[in-house]
Formats: sequence, structure tokens, C-alpha cells
Amino acid sequence: MKRELEAAAIALLASVAIGSVLIMLYGQSPAHVWWQMIARTFSSEYNVGQVLFKATGLVLTGLGVAIALDAGLFNIGAEGQMVAGLVACACTGTALPAGTPAVIAIPACALAAAAAGGAVGALIGGLRVWRNANEVITSIMLNEIVAAVALAIASRYIFANGTTTGLPIAPGAEMPDLGMAGSAANGALVLALLLAAALWWLRARTTWGQALRTVGADAEAARSVGLGVGRVRVLAMTASGALCGLAAVNFVLGDRHAYEQSAGAGTGFFGLAVALLGRQHPAGIVASALVLGLLTSGGLVVNDLIPKDLTTLLVGVVVLAITCASAFVRRTGG
Amino acid sequence: MTTMIDATLTKRYAGREVLRAATLRVESGSVHALVGENGAGKSTLVKIIAGIVPADGGTLAIAGASRALARWDRRAARAASVGIVQQHGAFAGTLSVVENAVLGSEGGAMLDLAPVARALAKLGDEIGLPVDPWARADRLPLGVAQRAEIVTALYQGAKLLILDEPTAVLAPVEVDGLLATLRRLAKAGTTIVLVTHKLDEVRAVADAVTVLRAGETVARIEAARDRSIASAGDAGTTWPPSLDVRAIARAMVGADVPAGDKIEAPAEVAPVALALAKVGVAGALHDVTLEVRRGELVGIAGVDGNGQRELALAIAGLAAHTGRVRIGARDVTGAAAARRLAAGLAYIPEDRHHGGLVLDASVADNLALGRRDITGAFRIDRARVATFAAERIRELDVRPPDAHAIARALSGGNQQKLVIGRELSRPALSAVVAAQPTRGVDLGAVARIHDQLRAAARAGAGVLVISADLDELLALCHRIFVLLRGRIVGSAVERAALGALMTGASG
Repeated sequence: MKRELEAAAIALLASVAIGSVLIMLYGQSPAHVWWQMIARTFSSEYNVGQVLFKATGLVLTGLGVAIALDAGLFNIGAEGQMVAGLVACACTGTALPAGTPAVIAIPACALAAAAAGGAVGALIGGLRVWRNANEVITSIMLNEIVAAVALAIASRYIFANGTTTGLPIAPGAEMPDLGMAGSAANGALVLALLLAAALWWLRARTTWGQALRTVGADAEAARSVGLGVGRVRVLAMTASGALCGLAAVNFVLGDRHAYEQSAGAGTGFFGLAVALLGRQHPAGIVASALVLGLLTSGGLVVNDLIPKDLTTLLVGVVVLAITCASAFVRRTGG
Repeated sequence: MTTMIDATLTKRYAGREVLRAATLRVESGSVHALVGENGAGKSTLVKIIAGIVPADGGTLAIAGASRALARWDRRAARAASVGIVQQHGAFAGTLSVVENAVLGSEGGAMLDLAPVARALAKLGDEIGLPVDPWARADRLPLGVAQRAEIVTALYQGAKLLILDEPTAVLAPVEVDGLLATLRRLAKAGTTIVLVTHKLDEVRAVADAVTVLRAGETVARIEAARDRSIASAGDAGTTWPPSLDVRAIARAMVGADVPAGDKIEAPAEVAPVALALAKVGVAGALHDVTLEVRRGELVGIAGVDGNGQRELALAIAGLAAHTGRVRIGARDVTGAAAARRLAAGLAYIPEDRHHGGLVLDASVADNLALGRRDITGAFRIDRARVATFAAERIRELDVRPPDAHAIARALSGGNQQKLVIGRELSRPALSAVVAAQPTRGVDLGAVARIHDQLRAAARAGAGVLVISADLDELLALCHRIFVLLRGRIVGSAVERAALGALMTGASG
């Protein structure tokens, strides 16, 4: 536990250091930019809300990537599974009659999103288990396929004439805003936190969680004590895809209350960084999602000082740093 | 005689001292045995000397030259002609033997392997350890891979050759061959350090013995001076009476080793616990038919790589097989591992590092791994797991007695106790398959594991012990079958007959 924190802290510090160098290369003072990023974010309720909005999506995809990682699978397809969820969520939301009450509409849309993401995940898991196809390859390739199919479905059923914005969803399916100065932060945050808590419990306190982590740690040992390794892997990938798909609740039911081409784009990929930085632990994932949410949203608030792409770059640096840091912590022992 | 190794070393792992100024002095051109219980620090000591693990303190002199411990790594050790063959092998699996031999010393962009391969083959033939330089390392049986590693170390110019439990993976005839080879190498000037648990090997081959206990050197015993001219065969006679094997054993464990007795064989009418009918695994195992009755210990002997592995996997439901398998009264043919375990099977896999344990999980988690009867079906009953772990730790004397310790930090013998503790405590046990249950495990732990296997049989289970260690089978089993090239070629209960069957000498 202590070492996990150490690894995350080292990675974060290294990322800040590298980020500072990049800011300097761009001709700005790192101290000034970092300070402005924090000061401007926390001095405005709207900006804090935007951080929470970004973090909500990242918690969901982060949990998704982490559950696959627990089973020893690297789900690079989080982005595609999220897109599948977005389209399914929007199709359901627009198809529902206008008078559908929220208690039916919201769960129906959420389930559709989870099912679509889960189906993509299940396909990846199935290919891995029954065809021995490396999940890194299949999931990364499926990203493109899902994106194309999503565009085809959206332009046929969802997009308003000649635009890349979908028709509004049934009013009952709208996720209530958290009311933070008109920011996009919405009720999906509660869903994300509840799921994080539920996953913590499942992972740490149940035989399912134990089976999941045993398969990830040593499939051979899992087999010899009678665990169904293939089944666990398929289920883990399905759950992973379902969680990534659920990010749609944040972007379609919340925020715009409609499907938008490239809504939440990058949340799946950043989910990878969140899961790694959070060391697969749900609490760590929530914390990392907040940090990366601050970085991505903060990149916008200091847009006048540094280009927004710099923060995207920084997330990449975080992934590299955390990968190196965990190796470093492992080598130096406890 | 000059001194090859003169070391006094200290090493801590996670705050625990595994070596406390342990001393090792080895004369050039001698065979020096390093013995001690598991967890005594033998492997750590030799790994430091070979530059694989850094020391925390002490002094080290190799071939008379004092070495700075801070800069003593594998590269430096190799430059000082220190070779090591580790317990679990160090070859890169996907490379051939010859590629492994040049690994780290390629010396240029172009590889010219043919002359190296020829040199390896020639060297192997000369010293009586024939190798196929072009074989892929991961396709070699353990014993053959080890032979290749020894030849490779010598090819790389090792003047000091450290062997960490080399005989653990070998059949008796192979052991004799290896020991004879070690003597020949020593005679030719190579210094040998042999890490082992087996005192008969020490007696057969060693010029001197260092005994480690709990990280400290507790005894250094030299053989009589005429030892070096005695042949390995009549080695026992050259030992002074005061330096007998029991004295070494006492130094190792601090007490006399308890000798377990064979338990009484069950009545002929005892019900069948495990029945195999014409069991086969493609290319490895053919037509194995045998029955183990309740209360009976049955052994499977054989040179490593003759189908033992596949036999264990087939019974456990981890390998596709032909024929029928029955556990107790249940026919489990075609059933998955989980159902076979539920039918009353306990399965102790041959390699605790691959399949036996989750090394990065805690002692308690490993003991309860897959044991739904302890953890509960869904929500883990943590109090019950803790009680269960404490019981097993006490029963098997797991050291350190810490349920939260990570399995990786335990010594081999204590790791094996976890596998044994988990499997043999299954409820309604009908049959036990124990593959190499004491491989690379120290005397104290061996006695404990044997006691557990006997207790399982006494409690009514039929126990099948698959082992390359003939002494183990002779000490435990009522009947012993021999596997040769995947077939049962006969059964016997005394050493000579078994040896003949194992090598196919009896036709």
C-alpha cells in the first residue's frame, strides 16, 4: 500500500518536473503557469465543476481499465467501448417516449450504454480466451471499427439534419446538473463514486475479486486451484467494457443531453493513465481522475499561457512516469 | 592450497537479516558443500558471491583478491571467473543453448555461433555432460537444461562454479553422474560450491562442508586429508567418525532429525480412492492404469521428463487426456479442475513458483486460495480466513509465522508448506496427487511435509506421490511404480530394482 502511494507520488512529481521543462521550453515560467492553473481553477465554481465533470468520465473509464488489468489484461480499447456506450445511450435516450419518467429512462439509457460497451469488451475477451488473440491488438483495432460503426449509426439515426449533433434525448433521461455555476458536472459523478465504492468492496472483500486478481497475478496458480481462468478473463473484459460504456451517462445524459460527435473524446485513453496512476485501486483511481481532470480542464483555463496540447502531452508523460516508477519501486524493495 | 572464496557477508530483506556475518571459506580446487535448512540463507549467500544480489555489508575475497562489494555485480563476478547454475535456471527460454552461452559477451554486431556450438558440444562430451547446443532452452527437460547451464558456465571460463541445489531435478543415476563429474572438475582445478540439502551427496562428493543456520555459519567441517584421492563410490569410509552425516544434520537443524516411519499399509479391501484407467496424454503419457486405495501411499518414480508432469496434470484436470479418471466413487473423466477438487482431490503441483502459489499475495491469501469452504462463496469471511491461516501456520511451522507476509519473501521450504497446508486441509479428502512435494526443500520441512502426507493417508485419503527423489518414495510409499517414456514399466519397493526399471535396464 505504502509502495503503491510512493510509486504514484514519484510518477506525479516526475511528470510535474517534465511538464515544467516543457513549459520553460515554451518560454513561460513554470511556477507562474502551475500557480495560475490552480488559482484560476479553484477561484471559480464553474471551473471546479468542469474538473469534476472531466473526472467523472475518467473515474468510469479508469475503473474499467483497472478491472481488466486486475485480470492481467491490457484494455487499450476503453475509448472504443466508451463510444459504443455513447451511441447506445443516445439511441435509447432519443427513442424513449417524451413522457418516460426518470426512474425508468435513466437506468434504461445507462444499461444500454453498459451493454454496448460490455459487448465490445466481451468480444475482445472472447477472442483472447478462445482464439488466443492478444487483447492489446484486438482492442486497439476495435477502437477504429467501433468509431466507424458509431458514426454510421449516428448519422442514420441520431444526428439532426446535416449536423454532427444528435437530437435531444427524452427529458426524463436527462441527468440532473450538480448546479455548479452552469458547469457540466452532473449526477453521473454520484454514479461513478458509487461504482468505485462497489468495486473496492468486490475487489477486496469477495471471492470474485480474489479470483480476478489471482488470474491476473498467476493464471497457472488460478488453474491449479480450480478457477476458470478463461471465464474470469471474459467476464473481466465484459465488465471493463461495460464500465467504459457507462462513461456515456456523463457525456450524453449529463452535459449536453444529446449525442455529439467526439463527445468526451480521449476519456477512454486517459482512463488508461488513471488506472495506472491509481495503481488499479478504486480510491487511487478516484484521486488520479481528479488530478488528471484538473490537468485537462486546467489546460483550458491557462490556454492564454500555454497551448492546450501541452496538457495532453503531460498525460502521456504521466503514463510513462508511472510505468517507470512502479518498476523503480519494485526494484528498490520495501 | 590457496583460497578461492573468503567471504563474510550480511544481507537484509525488508528489515529482516537473512545473513548475519555469515562466513564461507572455500579452498581452490575443492568441492565445498554449503548446507542448511531452507531459509538459512544458502541461496542468498551464493547469489551475493555470484554478483546476482548485492550485499549489505561484509567482506569478499575471490581468488585471493579483495573485492569491493559496492561494485560487485554479475559482470564483475563473471570477469572474476565466477559461474553459477541457479535453482530455477537462468537461461532465456526462447534462445538456444548456444545463444544463451554468448549472451552478454557477444562482443560485436555479428554473431558467429557455429564455432561456439562446436566448442560447447566438445566441452560437454569431455566432461561427461553431453549437450545439444542448438536446442531451444525452454524445450529442454529440467535436468538437461541444468547440464547445459553447467557446460555453458565452464565454457564462459568459470574457475569457480556454484551449483544451487542441482540434484533437485535429477534422477538417482543422473545424480551419481553429476557428482562424479563434479569430482573430475575439481581434480582438474575447478572449484565447486555445491548448495544442497542431501547429506548423502555431501558425503559422496565434498571435501569440506559449511553449515548455515538462520543466516549464520554454525559449523565448518573438513574431510580427512586423504579425501581427495578417494573415489566417490567409497566416500563414506574416509570420513572421521566425529564428522558423520548426523553431526552435520544436527548442526543444520540444531537437533536430531526425526526419521519418519512408513505407516501401515491398508487392507486389500480398502475402497479405491483414485483410479486411473488407460490414461494417456498426447505424445507424453500412454495407457497408465493404476489404483490407489484409501489409506495407501503410492509412488511414481522415474527420471524427470518421462511423463510425470503430464500424469499429474491429467489427474488434476489441467491437461486433455484419454482414458478414465475416478476420484473416490465419482467418475471425473472430462470434468474441469474445479469439479475434481470438489470431488475430494488435493493437487500439489510440481512447481510452487508456477502454479502452486501467487507469489505476490500474502501467506493467508495463498493458504485460502480457491478454498471456498474457508472464504465463503461470495463475501470473504476474513475472520475465518485469519483463523484458518493461523492454524495452518502453526501446524506446519511456517517461518516467519506471519499471515500477512508476502509469499515471495518466504524460503522455498516455507512456500511449499503453504501449498501443502492449503491442499491437504481440504474437507472430505479422497485422493491426493503430490508432484515433487519436497523438491528443493530442506530437511526440517521435508520431515514435516512427509508427516502431512502420511497423516492424510492415515485419515483415509489415497496419496499418489510423484517424485524424482527415490529416497522420498522409499520412505513413504507402500507401492512404487516406475514411469519410463510415458508408460508404467513396472513396480518395485527396493532401490536397485527401481533404478533398473527407471533406466530401462530390466528390459
